[in-house]
Order: sequence, then C-alpha cells, then structure tokens
Amino acid sequence: MTAPKTLYDKIWDAHVAHRDDDGTCLLYIDRHLVHEVTSPQAFEGLRMSGRKVHSPDKTIAVPDHNVPTTLDRVEGEVENEESRVQLEALDKNARDFGVHYYPVNDVRQGVVHIVGPEQGWTLPGMTVVCGDSHTATHGAFGSLAHGIGTSEVEHVLATQTLIQRKSKNMKVEITGKLMPGVTPKDVTMAVIAHTGTAGGTGHVIEYCGQVIRDMSMEGRMTVCNMAIEGGARAGLIAPDETTYKYVKGRPHAPKGDEWDMALAWWKTLYTDEDAHFDKVLVLKGEDIAPTVTWGTSPEDALPITATVPHPSDFKGGKVDAATRSLEYMGLEAGMKLTDIQIDTVFIGSCTNGRIEDFRAAAEILRGKKIKPGMRAMVVPGSGLVRLQAEAEGLDKVFLDAGFEWRLAGCSMCLAMNPDKLEPGERSASTSNRNFEGRQGRESRTHLVSPAMAAAAAITGHLTDVRDMI
Amino acid sequence: MDKFNKLTGIAAPMPLVNIDTDMIIPKLFLKTIKRSGLGKNLFDEMRYNEDGSENPEFVLNKPAYRDTAILVAGDNFGCGSSREHAPWAIKDFGITCVISTSFADIFFSNCFKNGILPIILPQEQVDLLMKDAEKGANARMAVDLEAQEITTSDGDVIKFNVDSFKKQCLLEGLDDIGLTMKKSDSISKFETMSAANRPWV
Repeated sequence: MTAPKTLYDKIWDAHVAHRDDDGTCLLYIDRHLVHEVTSPQAFEGLRMSGRKVHSPDKTIAVPDHNVPTTLDRVEGEVENEESRVQLEALDKNARDFGVHYYPVNDVRQGVVHIVGPEQGWTLPGMTVVCGDSHTATHGAFGSLAHGIGTSEVEHVLATQTLIQRKSKNMKVEITGKLMPGVTPKDVTMAVIAHTGTAGGTGHVIEYCGQVIRDMSMEGRMTVCNMAIEGGARAGLIAPDETTYKYVKGRPHAPKGDEWDMALAWWKTLYTDEDAHFDKVLVLKGEDIAPTVTWGTSPEDALPITATVPHPSDFKGGKVDAATRSLEYMGLEAGMKLTDIQIDTVFIGSCTNGRIEDFRAAAEILRGKKIKPGMRAMVVPGSGLVRLQAEAEGLDKVFLDAGFEWRLAGCSMCLAMNPDKLEPGERSASTSNRNFEGRQGRESRTHLVSPAMAAAAAITGHLTDVRDMI
Repeated sequence: MDKFNKLTGIAAPMPLVNIDTDMIIPKLFLKTIKRSGLGKNLFDEMRYNEDGSENPEFVLNKPAYRDTAILVAGDNFGCGSSREHAPWAIKDFGITCVISTSFADIFFSNCFKNGILPIILPQEQVDLLMKDAEKGANARMAVDLEAQEITTSDGDVIKFNVDSFKKQCLLEGLDDIGLTMKKSDSISKFETMSAANRPWV
C-alpha cells in the first residue's frame, strides 16, 4: 500500500518532469499567466538569447496593474509615460510571441487572477504560475498555483517548467459555520492573525472544513488569495461539486469526452485519510468576527469589536514594528477600532473584485448614501464582472449611494495607476495589503471585507456591519 | 548570472521585522522595463524625505553605511509581492548578501537568480551579527560561500546552511534556463505522457 498523500502531494507528483538525486525537481507548468509589470525583462531575456516561448498555447497575457480604470480610458492615452511604455511592451510581446492575449479594450480584460478562472484557464489539478504573488488565488480550484519572480517567468516561458523543491504541508481547517455578516475575507484575515505573516513560510496551505465546503468559488478564491499574506506561496482547496459546476461550460474548460476524463481524475484530488501535515491550525467558524487591520502588516488583524493594541502587548521585534505601525497609521493604543475615521473606500482587487463581493456590498448600500465628502469607488475585477453586475442592477445601487463605478483593473490595491491615496489619507479597502505606502506614499490602509467597506462608506468610520443587517 | 564566492564588506543593521517588498522598492519604480538602475530607489520611502532630500536617520544614508555590501535584517525579510525588482534594487545598490532569521519564499528564490546570497540563521546568531553590524564602517564582515562561513569583525566564525544546487549555481554563475534545456528530453517525455493522460491541458 502506498503512503497516504495530501492533495498537494498528489498534484506535485503528477507534475514532476525530472528529479535530481538531491531532490531538486523540474515541475511542469500547465498554465502561465502574464501581466505587464513583471514580464518585460523576461521577454527581453528571451530575445537576447534567441529563445522562443515553449508553449504559447499555455501562456495567457493580460494587462492589469497599470491600466487606468476611468470610463474614458478607451479613447484616452495612458497619461503616465512609463505606464504606457510597459503596456505597449506587453502588447508587443504578446503578439510577437503568439500567446493568448486580452488587451485593454477587450471586454474580457481584467485582473489576471480573475480572468484566468473566469475563462476556464484555471482547472483542478493544474500547476499555475504568474509573476505575481496573488497567484495563490487559483488554488481555490485545487490547482497548485503560486507567484514567481521575473527570472522564473523567463524560465517558464523558455522551458514550461520551474526548478523547485517540494514545500511542506500545512492544514488550515475552519469548522462549523460562519455567523451573519462574516465573510470569506474575514476568514482569511482571521487565519493570518493566528499564523502571522511568516507562519506559512515554506509551506503550501490546504484549507478545509465545513466552512470552506459551504463557500462559493468566489469565496474560496478570496481565502486562497491571501495565503501569501500568511507566508505560504500557495493555498489549496480540494475540488468538489461547487468547483465542477463553476468550471463547466467556461470557454477553455474541457468538453465532451475530455470533460468526463478530466472529471474522473479531479475526483481523486483530495487529501487521503491519515496523510501527514507538518503544521495544523483549526479555527471555529462561529468564533470568527468581521475583521479589520489596524497596522501595516496583514497579521495586524483584529475583530472589529476590539481596540487598537499597545506595543507592549507584543514580544521581540514586533514591539518596535507595532510602535512604528501606530505612528505611521496615526493611531493611539487603546482606541476603539470603530472610532477610526476614514475618507476613502475601495471595493475591488483580485481579493474582492468578483460578482459575489459586489452583491454583498450592494446589499448593505441599497437605498443608503455614503457619508458626504467620502471618496468611494467600486472597481470590477474584469469586464465580464462589470457586465454581470450591471445586468443585476448593482451599478445603480453603487451610483445611487455615491460610489464611482469603474472599469476593470488592479486600481487602488497598489497605486501603480492613477487610483491612489494622497499622503495621510485613510482607506477602508477590500484589497490584500496594508503595507506602508502600498496605496500611495504615506497612505493608511485598513483591510476589510466588501460588506464592511460598504458599512464604513455610509458611516465614515470603521463599522461593525452586523449592526446594519 | 553573476557569480558569488567570497565577500568582505560593511554590514548594515536593519532590525525591523517584516520588511516587505513595497518597502524595499515602492511600486512607483516597477514601471521600468529594465533590470538595472533601481539602486538609487532602494528603500525609497524610508531613505528619502518627501522633498527628495535624504533622511539622515536612515541607516544606508549614514556615512558609515553608504558602501554597505551585507544587510543584517529582522525576521521575515522580503515578504509581500513577488517583484524581482526588490533583489534588482538591492544588487544595484551594491548589496549581495542578506542575513535574517527567515525570508519570504519568493524573495528568497529571487535572490539566488541574481547573484545575491540570502542566509538564514537562528535568532541568537543574527543578534550577534546585528551587534557587529552596528559598529559601522570599521567593522567589516566576511562571507565565504564555498566554506559556508561568516566571519565577524571580531573573528567569530558562524557556519550557515545553503541548498547544494543553489550554492553551485551561485559559485559558478550558472544559467538556470541553460541547465534546464539540457533536460529537454525529460520535458518532452513528460509532455507526451501528459497529452495522453490529460489531453484537456
């Protein structure tokens, strides 16, 4: 009898193209997603060495980080010269090397991690990489997906493989069920609050338990998206009926006999009983509250009912880090999180830019207005998410409440495009990182769920959304 | 790729934990389509004031540390984004060795692709090196990859571990892609098998 395997073990084993005696492997890559920021130097490297893209049919390019999200972007030129050069480089590289490509004016364009699953490129049991740490998102399908650097982008372009050593296995189980007002974003932030941002380093996390089983694909993508914020390169969720239903009929999903063949294999992709995990974390779904961050690291997350901690609550290097965070964020230890006033609300990103996120936010906003003076924007994760939301009338809810309704892109998640915070401005943001300067120099970010972002937009301060439902 | 064998130089202390890649190189500078020239923007938001002048308090701006070659850093260095611009900026500044208790996975592997040696050591040894680095320009630290040893300015020797394959690549400046292409038979074989077993891929 063979030893019991984890889901990660199974996908890994199915993709080893070569193994050296010292354990270094060549891992075969099924899908390579490419965006404009981390790829130009890789394509340039191919040109310099006279190499071709090994599998253009497995390579998918889409611009997202730099693109403006204002409605006039189709007519207008991208004003920032460097952004324009980078977008033009992707356009040229995609066409020269013949890879699949969704340009800015294609309705399917959007954030790479939303476009991949939406178009059926991401499928269970695959290996998926992208020069972007939030590639972890695709793990929601039971695919081994992680971010890589530009040198590795070039390596995958040239060989369709990566030089890898196997990571360790970590299990994160969320039992029971979530209480009203608590969302997948709160789950993933609560996990990071427990593990710390380095807790998953060197590991692949498998998320499991009843709460995960009950989640939609959109919710599972939100959970896996932030695996990297817990230090894990990849997050995984075993595929099930929810996964198959989401995948079936997507443009690049298998059809006919191939679908049956794929499904038969996908159904073997689960962790065997008694398989070994190097680390285990179990949380009760009922114990998770709407969660917000107070500091400048995603591990600085607390239930909305809590108060801002004091540096002396911490140990070791975290004491200085917390002191620095409080100063940067302009907060006093001991103040209630709900007393933190905000001036900007951003709903979007690869974490929370999908249709379900917009439904949750619209639910809170319906018939209400945002606080006067509040700057609030909703940025769909793709052109198709935008169309779907409009078909459901969600755009009207947002516009009536006082939100801007934008075109697809990474937008204010990382301030590489015109959407950013000015020094000292403070946001409630559905994105994934609250690092110093992340949303603009001296910007202050509080990470929240879409429902919590909507609540904060109405009241003007961080708010427990459970008081509004 | 640039080789790394032996290095003797100034080590700078950066004890802050969780130094993320946004701190190392803010997104403003990711718009380049080149790998070079990022050194002047390394740690940009900590290193420069809003008017562009240098922040004299920041370690790399202090006279003793302007020629830093080794960084001794707090836990979880390089967390966050996968941007290889972070090691490009570090290298372009002139730093080719970073020492910490832990590194984020993607940053760690990006370093090796750029001739930078990241070294993981236990807390007490990092504390010792941090103290040594605090001595400034007179205290030069030595790193020997072949022997897997760090020698402090006081002559203390600390051994470190490194993956054997990655060590070889650094010592010889090997090109990963070239190495992998030598195994193209294995890749072709895998693709033939995969086309039969998983034709939908």
